[in-house]
Amino acid sequence: MATLQLKQVTKSFGDTDVIKGIDLEVNDREFVVFVGPSGCGKSTLLRIIAGLESATSGDLVIDGQRINEVGPADRGLAMVFQSYALYPHMTVEDNMGFSLRLAGVGKEARREKVREAARILQLEPLLDRKPKALSGGQRQRVAIGRAIVRNPSIFLFDEPLSNLDAALRVQMRIELARLHEELDATMIYVTHDQIEAMTMADKIVVLQGGVVEQVGSPMELYHHPRNRFVAGFIGSPKMNFLPVSLSGANDQGVEVTLPGGRRCRVPVEGAGLASDSSLELGVRPEHLVLDDDGPLEGEIQVIERLGGQTSLYLKMGDELITLMADGDVAHRVHDRVRFGFETHRAHLFDGQGLALPSLDRHPLAGLRRQDNRAATDADGA
Amino acid sequence: MFNKTPTSGPATAAMPPAQQALGGQGIGAALARHRRLWLALLAWTITFVIFFPILWMILTGFKTEAQAIATPSLLFTPTLESYEAVHARADYLKFAWNSVYVSVGSTLLALLIGIPAAYSMAFLPTKRTKGTLLWMLSTKMLPPVGVLVPIYLIFRDLGMLDTRTGLTVVYTLMNLPIVIWMLYTFFKDLPRDILEAGRMDGASTLQEVGYLLIPLTLPGIASTGLLSVILSWNEAFWSLNLTSSQAAPLTAYIASFSSPEGLFWAKLSAASTMAVAPILIFGWLTQKQMVRGLTFGAVK
Repeated sequence: MATLQLKQVTKSFGDTDVIKGIDLEVNDREFVVFVGPSGCGKSTLLRIIAGLESATSGDLVIDGQRINEVGPADRGLAMVFQSYALYPHMTVEDNMGFSLRLAGVGKEARREKVREAARILQLEPLLDRKPKALSGGQRQRVAIGRAIVRNPSIFLFDEPLSNLDAALRVQMRIELARLHEELDATMIYVTHDQIEAMTMADKIVVLQGGVVEQVGSPMELYHHPRNRFVAGFIGSPKMNFLPVSLSGANDQGVEVTLPGGRRCRVPVEGAGLASDSSLELGVRPEHLVLDDDGPLEGEIQVIERLGGQTSLYLKMGDELITLMADGDVAHRVHDRVRFGFETHRAHLFDGQGLALPSLDRHPLAGLRRQDNRAATDADGA
Repeated sequence: MFNKTPTSGPATAAMPPAQQALGGQGIGAALARHRRLWLALLAWTITFVIFFPILWMILTGFKTEAQAIATPSLLFTPTLESYEAVHARADYLKFAWNSVYVSVGSTLLALLIGIPAAYSMAFLPTKRTKGTLLWMLSTKMLPPVGVLVPIYLIFRDLGMLDTRTGLTVVYTLMNLPIVIWMLYTFFKDLPRDILEAGRMDGASTLQEVGYLLIPLTLPGIASTGLLSVILSWNEAFWSLNLTSSQAAPLTAYIASFSSPEGLFWAKLSAASTMAVAPILIFGWLTQKQMVRGLTFGAVK
């Protein structure tokens, strides 16, 4: 059982405000991911929760208790560092049992707990080794094991996979998701990699410049980004943005004029828009389709064939548009192609970069990871 | 059939790879060999120039006084005459014990103060940390004679003249800036994450230092300690001015053989040899540790 609340948490280093008033609620057994570009304050926020940094103002509350003044070890948290931060002079067993040794746990009890964690992580054959005799992935697992042994109410992960190679990262991602299920613990995970965020999170917190841009489930952030930043950050490849002009708005949506002169109606709320508003249209590369009658036209600059899919980079005026096409698409570089999109897949952003709210919610926007699981369980039954 | 390409004719294939890279000429390799030879010669010359006084001191110790002041010659019958004379005049072991006591004592004391100081500067720096470090170093720029009178008077009033405790305190103060500087650089090389992981695991500051910091920077701490021992052992200014008989270390022992009646080179050399021998052997035994510690950060 562990819930965490942040209330108006700020952090300043000298005159620099790194965290600018963050409110956040982390529910019991939730997998929360802080994601954002480097320097957005996500690691600092995690360190504040861990107790390695103190908040300049605001409250941290775990299970209803204010813990601002509680030391890092007494908060009942465990942290996995990006560099693993294993103790190089101790064996794997001693590394994992260090917290118990400090807490005065007897040798036998310590051994038992370490063995249990080692079993979960398949580290048993490595217990007598020193960290330098381990591979990157093994070190990572020891670092996680060290956290498990402490039996924390909340696990904190600070970019734990960024030192691993791509294949291992995918494997550890799956392992972490499995671990979350097996340990049934609350986890907070910091990453700059939106794919890690999308695949593992129950709830994603998108941070930029020390403020929360949006909090929501992965599918909600994908289908209903609150602003241009979140829209561009979540999803890979990045969302395309096109300047458009407003032509009209009613309760059916907002009509805009696309580059090239054609009009289209996007089903978003447009009430209160000034008639000369400058708007931006956002469409994800996977939602653009090659279509000889499409409203847009561009010249192919680069083709990246991935086998199953092909990325086309299209030059349209000054913009470079990414389009995910079918793997077998036959076009060549410098071909001029027409393309379009389904209007309900498009987003519109106003002059401040805020998204105009969709008229209808995506059916999966409220989906949580647990719901995925429940569905598969039902299938199996 | 496949390897019969025009470039792999029999002539080039027979040549060693280094010469192949030089286009088969080998002139560059010869030049490089030549340069290595000259560098080696230069290094040996410099080493000899530095080592020569020590060699001469050792040789002179085995001469008679008459031989010692005669035209230098490498051919002489070694004698232990000077060693016997030196031994008869002063109790070497007492001086040696004083040297060991003050150099080891001051080193332990300096480490005891230096480790916490360097810890706080390396891991909890403030705006003034850099300034404090520079200020500490600046105290080493002051000639010791500048503070001789005040320190002498203070020591007299505290009854610390000619005591081992007094000398230990002076040596501790003398070496503390260097000790803190060195420890600071070693500590700074330790990833912060490791100590933070320790803190998350529940380590108090003392446990952090004892279980993590000290074991992990032991090579650095050891080389700092060794340097401090050597500096204290060889220190002469304070030991000559603050001790007379009870607490006098080996530096005072050497000095006692240059007397107003005249210089006795052979005896002086014999005494010097005996004074530097322990630290020389100590330094030789620990040189691996010293080099490892002093290059600890550089090669990481």
